[in-house]
Amino acid sequence: MSAEDALKLKFAGADLAFSQFRDNHRIVVPAAKLFEILAFLKNEQHFDMLAEVTAVDYLEYEGAKDRFGVVYVLVSTTSGERLVIKTFVNDPEPLLPSVYSLWKSADWLEREVYDMFGIRFSGHPDLRRILTPDEFTGYPLRKDYPLKGRGERHNFPVLTRAES
Amino acid sequence: MKDVPDNIFMTSLDAAASWARSNSLWPMPFATACCGIELMATASSRFDLARFGAEVMRFSPRQCDLMIVAGRVVMKMLPVLQRIWLQMPEPKWCISMGACACTGGVFDTYAVVQGVDRFIPVDLYVPGCPPRPEQLMAGIIALQDKIKHGGTLNGTEFGKRTQPTGPTPYDLDELIRIREANEKLISIN
Repeated sequence: MSAEDALKLKFAGADLAFSQFRDNHRIVVPAAKLFEILAFLKNEQHFDMLAEVTAVDYLEYEGAKDRFGVVYVLVSTTSGERLVIKTFVNDPEPLLPSVYSLWKSADWLEREVYDMFGIRFSGHPDLRRILTPDEFTGYPLRKDYPLKGRGERHNFPVLTRAES
Repeated sequence: MKDVPDNIFMTSLDAAASWARSNSLWPMPFATACCGIELMATASSRFDLARFGAEVMRFSPRQCDLMIVAGRVVMKMLPVLQRIWLQMPEPKWCISMGACACTGGVFDTYAVVQGVDRFIPVDLYVPGCPPRPEQLMAGIIALQDKIKHGGTLNGTEFGKRTQPTGPTPYDLDELIRIREANEKLISIN
């Protein structure tokens, strides 16, 4: 049976929303059940690779109920299937369980989501900024962060010929 | 016999030294992005850069006299760029190659420095995205002319340039944005 049917059987109580378009299969899960469902998909189903963790900011989206959607893309190397799992978290203090214990690739993927959106992952071994400099404040990919930044890119000393 | 001016000896030495320096500019390639590929192409056999004196691309800044900043420079890389510039011994020149090193190019975003000349003294700008190897060579020839016409033996022309030549570090609309961001933070807290 397919992974989605197995999920429907095992997690019949939780409200999972299944949708698909051609070969893109997506499941929206509640954040409280996220770790259980991902652990089930890895250990009992065959999804042994976490290809991507990313987030979406719905701040200015009409009809949005939660601010952040976090997307996990799972890939099965044995059967070639791809599955997309999505949860929603909110401001303030968006927090999700880290899946580092399931897939080691979550290490840097979750660090990138933390750096760009500010979503924390509990249980992550080393959650710090990965793309922006260490002393950077602010989360660049949020919708309320301006494209040109808040002056961080030009906050450096100027060298003239006389000093160098 | 007419009086020979006093400093004829020094000016000939200046001319000789600048001639020697301009014809043996060893580049320090600071290639961060796509312009780096064009820089490599300029140095390779078809558009040979070595015939202009750039015989070796030394990757140690202590042994170079021309820094070619090729490619976009992010704010995380800028302190590294400044450190490499400070490690180069005098006399040294800087070429900013490509649109991103000159002005930030198409990347007017929070992470890309809008022009390396805001923080480093630049002598020559080569526009293009990326500039063709012939353009970069034309730039190096122009720099050679500049060195020959103004160079001194002791490098005294460098000490006179005390003002930064690039745009001021903060644009007006960035200042406005910073002030608004601070006001918003104050009103939240």
